[in-house]
Amino acid sequence: MPKELIRLSDCTVSFDGEVVLDKINLYINDKEFLTLLGPSGCGKTTTLRIIGGFQAPTAGDVLFDGVRINDVPPHKRAVNTVFQKYALFPHLNVFENIAFGLRIPKADPETGKREKLSEEEIQRRVMEMLEVVNLKGFERRRVNQLSGGQQQRVAIARALVNQPKVLLLDEPLGALDLKLRKDMQNELKRIQQAMGITFIYVTHDQEEALAMSDTVVVMDQGKIQQIGTPEDIYNEPKNAFVADFIGESNILDGIMRADGVVEIFNRKFQCLDKGFLPDEPVDVVIRPEDVDIVPEDQGQLKGTVTSVTFKGVHYDTIVDFYGFKWLIQTTDFCPVDSHIGIKIDPDGIHVMKKSQYSGLFGDYSSYSEEYDEIGDATLEPEEEEEESHEE
Amino acid sequence: MRKSRRIGSRFFMGLVFLFLYAPILLMIVFSFNAGNSNVVWQGFSLRWYEELFQDRTILQSLYTTLLVSVLATAVATVAGTFAAVGFYSMRRRTRSVLMNVNNIPMMNADIVTGVSLCLLFVAVFGLWNEFAANYRITLNLFGSLYRITFPELSLGFGTMLIAHITFNIPYVILSVGPKLRQMDNNLVDAARDLGCTWMGAFFKVILPEIKPGIVSGALIAFTMSVDDFVISYFTAGSSVSTLAMEIYSMARRRVSPEINAVSTLLFVVVLVLLVVVNLREARAEKAAARRGA
Repeated sequence: MPKELIRLSDCTVSFDGEVVLDKINLYINDKEFLTLLGPSGCGKTTTLRIIGGFQAPTAGDVLFDGVRINDVPPHKRAVNTVFQKYALFPHLNVFENIAFGLRIPKADPETGKREKLSEEEIQRRVMEMLEVVNLKGFERRRVNQLSGGQQQRVAIARALVNQPKVLLLDEPLGALDLKLRKDMQNELKRIQQAMGITFIYVTHDQEEALAMSDTVVVMDQGKIQQIGTPEDIYNEPKNAFVADFIGESNILDGIMRADGVVEIFNRKFQCLDKGFLPDEPVDVVIRPEDVDIVPEDQGQLKGTVTSVTFKGVHYDTIVDFYGFKWLIQTTDFCPVDSHIGIKIDPDGIHVMKKSQYSGLFGDYSSYSEEYDEIGDATLEPEEEEEESHEE
Repeated sequence: MRKSRRIGSRFFMGLVFLFLYAPILLMIVFSFNAGNSNVVWQGFSLRWYEELFQDRTILQSLYTTLLVSVLATAVATVAGTFAAVGFYSMRRRTRSVLMNVNNIPMMNADIVTGVSLCLLFVAVFGLWNEFAANYRITLNLFGSLYRITFPELSLGFGTMLIAHITFNIPYVILSVGPKLRQMDNNLVDAARDLGCTWMGAFFKVILPEIKPGIVSGALIAFTMSVDDFVISYFTAGSSVSTLAMEIYSMARRRVSPEINAVSTLLFVVVLVLLVVVNLREARAEKAAARRGA
């Protein structure tokens, strides 16, 4: 049975009456890799800052190991942080950056005496850490002579060398290029398992969240939208926001005719979902890879291909069904303007209750490559900074 | 056509520099004149410099100038640095209002600053002296009586020092502020995260980051103090005088070539300080450009 380590109960944060976090309830288990995922301004960084002690909740409690820590300053908490853009100390070299926390006398929890570590102890622990992050031989380098990936490793080592119970990571891979990000994802996962500590990870990149986490917390507008394993979040999204934010999805209006039967475009489909009211209006998610293309006369639905984009492994095919544009990812090439039919297996259909997000997402009529890029929030760091600046 | 315009612009530029530097050049040249005249060259000599260093009042005023400048610079640098850090952690709107308030004394005419400080000191001292003249404290300690009287206060070195600190602080703030804004604002959080108290973070992280700004600010403040005349004149009273005040009173008595010598020295000191400040800034900019690239 995993042990609970951190709990946020009814945490609210507001700046000048503007609510940034709205009654967040969350618990984090020991040795867990938990990711806070959401678009910019969703409150994920603020949540992290509450745990780190840089932001006091306006209301609600923060518990660490069952003890309320609302008023404990950051330097007395058993957590360390890897900051956005690393925040390495430019005037110190790699060794001194990592040794920074060790050189500060810490009060012994039992005797209460402030004791300094010996120089040999510091030397030993820093070297050990350099090995963990694969930076041996870099200890005398200046930090601004390092590449982004190396700076990243220094930042991780600087936090981990203090042997925290929890490591907080604020978009740590945001400034790296794609290839390096993938490498560092594996690296981080490896470090987390090797050290056996809790990681709380903030990101807006859903792929990163799915690939690394034990638990994903999807946030939007200061509220938690869904908590679950990556599989849960992807396969069983709770509302249209989660379905749209995690991966690609076609989200359609449907009516639940009976347990296991949902009606879309006046046609009944078999599905696995149960427990809705009779004739309840619902949102239906169909992932682009769960759609089979068949000859027009064999399809459950018939439509016209409006655009095809080659993506390497598959084609992104946009198909018009009765005025609603679907994204279908298929390995079969269907030329533009061809008429096709589609089939969907019952486990390819996921039914969700209507929410405030219904009707906002899931139509691909304005789909284009550029749109996808913008959706990945390249402007993120700027706005996020604003948010933390205004406290 | 083109050529004549180029010649014209060069001529104009030459004229500008002539007007700017001819007086100073003339002063420097005649400070080495062997004769008494400021018009006729009578050969090279260090005579006026020798006389200068035997002139008690000038040496005394030089000492006063250096002392007031060093003390004022030290106090203003510490106060200005902390003020800048305080401004930095404020909300942007409050900060920009305060920065404008900070800039006003620098724009303000020296004479207004000088006169207003003088008025303030005189008013406060007037009240205090009236109080001191009328009240005494008598203490009975171990059987013997002690009588404590309050000292009478007047304009002097202390008031001049306060005035110098006052007009130096804005320059320090102006020089430290940009360094703070360039600093990654996560650095302080990072230091606190690693176990520093706020004060610890200030000394271990903020100070090394903004040190260039502090040093530039201190150099500018020192320069301002050394070459100030107007504010010192109004706040120093009659007992002390700075080098600038001494030169002024010498010039009123008689135009001695000694003035040329002392002014030349003052000019050189200020010039050197300004060159140092500018070189530092240029070097910092280059370093920043390299870091950015």
